[in-house]
Amino acid sequence: MDISTQEVKRVSVMTVKGRVDSATAPDLENALKQLVETEKTQIVLDLKDVEYMSSAGLRAMVSTLKAVKRINGDLRLCSPSPRVAEVLRLAGLTSIFNIYPNQSDAVGSF
Amino acid sequence: MSESRLIVPARYDRIKQICTFVVEAAEIAKLDESAVFHCQIAVDEACTNIIEHGYEGEDKGQIEVVCQTDSGALKIELRDQARPFDASTLPEPKLNLAIDETAVGGLGVYFMKKMMDEVSFSHRDGTNSLVMVKRHS
Repeated sequence: MDISTQEVKRVSVMTVKGRVDSATAPDLENALKQLVETEKTQIVLDLKDVEYMSSAGLRAMVSTLKAVKRINGDLRLCSPSPRVAEVLRLAGLTSIFNIYPNQSDAVGSF
Repeated sequence: MSESRLIVPARYDRIKQICTFVVEAAEIAKLDESAVFHCQIAVDEACTNIIEHGYEGEDKGQIEVVCQTDSGALKIELRDQARPFDASTLPEPKLNLAIDETAVGGLGVYFMKKMMDEVSFSHRDGTNSLVMVKRHS
């Protein structure tokens, strides 16, 4: 799994590539936690190149969403693949996360 | 019927290897792409539970995976020597709640049951056995 972050119009865009499972989800959670700790609370997580995500990845995203919501921020998702979208739907998370079809729509939503 | 077997140390970084092993068996069983993905998720969640809740940490034992392909179905058995686990005692996760009420975690067994056609747990002579079956859709 590869993670990169860039600032776009005061929004932190984190792009994740590869496989998010129990072995790699802690790295994702730590990367997100670092953003929140540095008061970057408007976050877009770009899932376009995430080929696979287990519930460990969902756990990292839900715990970050709880943290940013407490300080009036938000974690928004974009471009999930059909497989990742299926996992999000099955976990009942499509009503909790704001999910956008592409990165520019997600950034523009803030 | 064909059977294949894999034994690996119970570590999170071995789950990808187990998934690859199961995907190969699922392809021999000619499951479609969606069903292959479901098998991966189910096995991933099961192994995560074995390591996290069964062995209560990494490198405390092994996970044995046995795949049997037979007439359009894949049967996956996971065996471990961790403490016994009774999934029937787990409550169903509460979904579609507000973020404040959403639990962090608790989805593993739920995913396994949703994604596989059969899921059964048993424990005998110090060994846990989890059998999951996926059939052609």
